[in-house]
Amino acid sequence: MSVAHEPAVTEPLALELGLSKDEWQVLLRLLDGRLPTYPELGVFSAMWSEHCSYKSSRIHLKNLPTEGPRVIQGPGENAGVVDIGDGWAVAFKMESHNHPSFIEPYQGAATGVGGILRDVFTMGARPLANLNSLRFGEIDAPRMKGLVKGVAAGIAGYGNCMGIPMLGGDCAFDASYNGNILVNAFTLGVLRSDKIFKGFASGIGNKMMYIGSKTGRDGIHGASMASAEFGEGSEEKRPTVQVGDPFTEKLLLEACLEIFQTDWVIGIQDMGAAGLTSSSFEMASRAGTGLEIRLDQVPMREEGMTPFELMLSESQERMLLVARPGCEEKIIAVLHKWGLDACVVGEVTDSGRFIGSWHGEPVINLPIQPLVDAAPKYDRPRQRPGYLDAVAAAPLPADLKPAEVERTLRQLLQAPTVASKRWIFEQYDGTVRSNTLLGMGRGDAGIIRVKDEAGQDTGKAVAMSSDCNSRFCYLDPFWGAAHAVAEACRNLACVGAEPIGLTDCLNYGNPEKPENMWTFEQGCLGIRQACLALDVPIVSGNVSLYNDTEGQSIFPTPMIAAVGLIEDCSGPVVLGAPDATALSKVGNRLCGASFRAAHDGIFLLGETRDELGGSEYLKLRTGKVQGACPELRLDEELRLQACVREGIRLGLIRSAHDTSEGGLVVAALESAFGANDGEGMGCQLMLTRGALRLDSLLFGETAGRIVVSVSAEAESSLATLCATHRVPFAKIGATGGARFTLAVDGQPLLDAEAAELKGLHAGALEAALG
Amino acid sequence: MRVAVPIFPGSNCDHDALHACGTVMGWETIPVWHQEARLPEGTELVFVPGGFSYGDYLRCGAIAALAPIMADVKRHADNGGLVLGVCNGFQILCEAQLLPGALLRNESLRFIHADVHLRVERADLPFTQAMKAGEVFRVPIAHAEGNFTLDPADLADLEARGGVAFRYCSAQGEIGEDHVPNGAMNGIAGIVNLQGNVLGMMPHPERAVDPKLGPTGGLGVFRSLAAAFSKV
Repeated sequence: MSVAHEPAVTEPLALELGLSKDEWQVLLRLLDGRLPTYPELGVFSAMWSEHCSYKSSRIHLKNLPTEGPRVIQGPGENAGVVDIGDGWAVAFKMESHNHPSFIEPYQGAATGVGGILRDVFTMGARPLANLNSLRFGEIDAPRMKGLVKGVAAGIAGYGNCMGIPMLGGDCAFDASYNGNILVNAFTLGVLRSDKIFKGFASGIGNKMMYIGSKTGRDGIHGASMASAEFGEGSEEKRPTVQVGDPFTEKLLLEACLEIFQTDWVIGIQDMGAAGLTSSSFEMASRAGTGLEIRLDQVPMREEGMTPFELMLSESQERMLLVARPGCEEKIIAVLHKWGLDACVVGEVTDSGRFIGSWHGEPVINLPIQPLVDAAPKYDRPRQRPGYLDAVAAAPLPADLKPAEVERTLRQLLQAPTVASKRWIFEQYDGTVRSNTLLGMGRGDAGIIRVKDEAGQDTGKAVAMSSDCNSRFCYLDPFWGAAHAVAEACRNLACVGAEPIGLTDCLNYGNPEKPENMWTFEQGCLGIRQACLALDVPIVSGNVSLYNDTEGQSIFPTPMIAAVGLIEDCSGPVVLGAPDATALSKVGNRLCGASFRAAHDGIFLLGETRDELGGSEYLKLRTGKVQGACPELRLDEELRLQACVREGIRLGLIRSAHDTSEGGLVVAALESAFGANDGEGMGCQLMLTRGALRLDSLLFGETAGRIVVSVSAEAESSLATLCATHRVPFAKIGATGGARFTLAVDGQPLLDAEAAELKGLHAGALEAALG
Repeated sequence: MRVAVPIFPGSNCDHDALHACGTVMGWETIPVWHQEARLPEGTELVFVPGGFSYGDYLRCGAIAALAPIMADVKRHADNGGLVLGVCNGFQILCEAQLLPGALLRNESLRFIHADVHLRVERADLPFTQAMKAGEVFRVPIAHAEGNFTLDPADLADLEARGGVAFRYCSAQGEIGEDHVPNGAMNGIAGIVNLQGNVLGMMPHPERAVDPKLGPTGGLGVFRSLAAAFSKV
C-alpha cells in the first residue's frame, strides 16, 4: 500500500522542518548521497532538534557534577535515581512544557505533568509527589490572567486525576515572561534500588511492544516547536500541542507497575518528545542493537495516518517496551485488564539499523548509532551581554524614610510574586495516598514519608523543594544560578532534611544569540560551583532553549529542584516541638515554617548586608530589575544549613523559614500568617540597623538567612549551637499577640493588626486575577 | 471486621481507604476489582473510595455505578450491610441510587483541596455513634464536584427525615454560607439513606486518622464503625 500525499524531499523542505544547511549536508553524507524518504527526513528533524539532541547545551552540561555515593542513575535515562538506604531509592526529574503552555495553557500544562510522571514510572518507581515551578509575566499583561488560571487548572486536572499529591513549588511574576511563560513540572517516585527499569532494546529477536493509547495526529513537530523562537502566528501551532488524558495515564501507570512486579520486561521507554522516533532510537542506541518496526501495526486513532505522522506524533500516554521472549501474551493480558492497547510492533535485530516498514515496504532504513553520533554538537559563540554592567551600575534610590515603611510593606505583601499562592495550590490535591508529612504552604519544602509495598512505614522521609530567583540570574548569570542551588538546599535544611540530589530545568533564550549562550554557560558553571560546595550532585535534568518571543529573551531561569532525606523519621512526628517536655523525649524530626506558640523568641541566623539588587522592593520603587546580585558565600551557606538541621534534630528550633522575595520582614510575617493552623498570630520585631540602609535591613534580599523561632528555654542552647557552627545570629523579636509591630533601633515604625496584613497577603493574587 | 474496597479504573483514594481501615484500624481490608460479581464472603463494610473512576467522563460516578461489583454492593446494602462512600465514592452511590441527590461542579468551578470543619448532625448512626451531635471535626476535602444538589421537595424530605449526617461549619460549629466550600445546598457534606446503613460524604475522614500525618479528625467515623462491628 503506498502512502498518499507525501511531499518530495528537498533541501528547502528540510530547512522548513528545522534542519540547518550544514545539518542537511551531514545527513546526505550519512546516507551516502541518497535522498532521505519523507519519514526519514522527519526522523532527522526530530532527532537532531535542540529538544532531543541538546546540540547547543551538551558541551556545557558536561560541567555539571553528576556523581556521588548515593547516585544510582545519573543524567541520560528517563529520570535520575538516588539511594535512600535499606534497599530503597527515589527517582526524580523536572521538565519544561513552556511553549505548549503558552499556546494552550490547560493542555500544555497538563501534558507537562503527564510527561514527567511517565518519565518517573518508566523507571519502575511509583510516583508519590509532584512539584511545579511557574513563571508568569506581569499579571496585567495581555492574556496573562487566563494563562495563570489555565496552567493551574491544567496541572490540577492531570495530577489530581492521577492521584499524585502536589507537595509544593514556586511561582513568580516578571515582565520578562510576558510573551513566554515557564511551566516546569517535577515528579518524585519511590522504588526498590534493585528493581530499576531502563530504556534498553537488547536481546536479538526480542519483541518490541507498543502499549498505552492509540497514536493520533496530535503533537506532531512538538520537539521542533520547542526548538524555535516564538513569533507572531504561534497560535497557529495550537495543533502541535498534545492533548492529555490523565485517566488513560492512570491506567497505564497501574498496568506498568503491575508488569514491573514480574520479570517480563527487558526495557521500556516513554514515548515523549518526538514520540516513537526518539524512544526507539534511544533504546536501540543504548543497547547497540537494531530495530525493525512495522509502522502499519501501530494502533492508530484515525484513518489515513502516514509513516511520517506515526514516527513523529506526540500522542500522550504511550510506551515502547521490549518483552522477555514468551512473555508477550502475559503483558498483553495485563494491559487489556486495564483497558489499554498492547501489541507487538517489531523486533530487536543485530543490524544496527532502524527499519520502519509500511505494509511490507521499508520506508525508513537508517543506521542508528551513526545517526545518534552524528547528531550536531555546537560550541556556539558566546559573548558577555552588554547590559550586565549597566544594570550593576544603576544608582540606588535614596533610602526609605521611616514614614514610608508601612505603605511599602503593604505593597510588597500584595505583589504577585510575594503574595500567598494559596489560590493556585488549593486546586491541587496535596494529601492523597496518606504520605504527606508537610504539605503545601506549611514549610519551606514538602515532605512525604516512605511506605513499603505492604503499606507499612519504613521510617524514612523525603523532602523536596524547587527554586530559582531569575532576577538574580539576570543580574549575574553565574551567581544567580548558584543561588538557585543554595536556596533549594536551604529550603531542605529549613524542614530538617539533608540534600541528596538535584534535578535541573534550564530555561534560557535562543542559543544562537551569543549573549544567551554565554549566559547559559555561566549558569552551568554557577550550578557546578554551588553543587561542589554543598556536596550535592545533579542526577537528571532538562534544557529548554528558545524561550524568546519576537526577539525578546526571558530572564535566564535555571530552575533547581532539590531532594532531601530525613533518614530517621520513624515513630511519631513532632512538628516544631510543641512543648519543651515533648522535645526532650523525641527530638524533632521535621520542621514547618510557621510559628508554633506565643512568646517564642524570633531569631535571624545569617548576616544582613546592604544588598538591594534584584529585590522585589527595588522593583516596586524603581520599576526596574537592577543593582548588584546579592553575594553568595557558599562556605557560610554550608554552615548555616548544617546548623539549622541540627537545631531541628535537637528539638531546639520550632519553625524555620528562609528569607527570599520581600526580605526579612516579609519572611517573619509569613511565619506569623501560617501560625495556629493557618489562623495566624501576631509578632513583634525589634531590629538593629547598625550601618545598614533602612530599606536593606527591612526589605533587602541578602541570601543565606533563616528566620527561626525557639522557646524561651531554648534560647541559650540556640546561641551555643550557632557559635559551634560559626553562624551569626541575632534575636529580632517575639511571637504572639494579635498585632504586628516593627521597631528599628528602638524607634516604632509600624503597629498594625496582624490579621489585616494577613488578609492582604492572602487575598492579593485572587483579587489580581479578577 | 471485614472491609471490602471496590476499585474502579481511575480510583485513586483506594490506597487511603486501605491504609485507614487496614494499617491504622487493623481491620481485614480487601481490595475488590470492579469486574468481580461478588463481594468477599462475610463483608461487613463496603468502603467505596474516592478518585476519578472512569476519568469522571460522562458524569462523576455515572459509569462506575454500572460496574458489575455495584450490583452486589446494592444487594449488601439492601440486606442492611454498611456502605461508606467518600468523595467519588459518594458520587458513585448517588449515581447508583443508593443515595439521593447529585454532586455538581463546585460553585467556584475549581478543584479545592483544603481542610474543612464538619458538624455532626446525626450521632445515632453506625458511622457516627462514637461522636456527639453537634460535635465539630476537621478533615480535608479534595474535589471539583462536591456541590450537593437536590430538588427543593426532596431536600425538605431529606432534612425532615434526618438524612443529613454532616454539615460544613466554622471551627466553632456555626453554620452558614461562608463555611461551605463548594456551594452545597444547606451546607450538606454527608448524607445517609433512610435505613441509616449507607452514608456518602465529600470530605475524606480516611485521610485524617494517622497521627503521623497530623490531626486525626476523621477518627470519630472509624471509631463509630469499630463499635458497629463489635455489635455484629
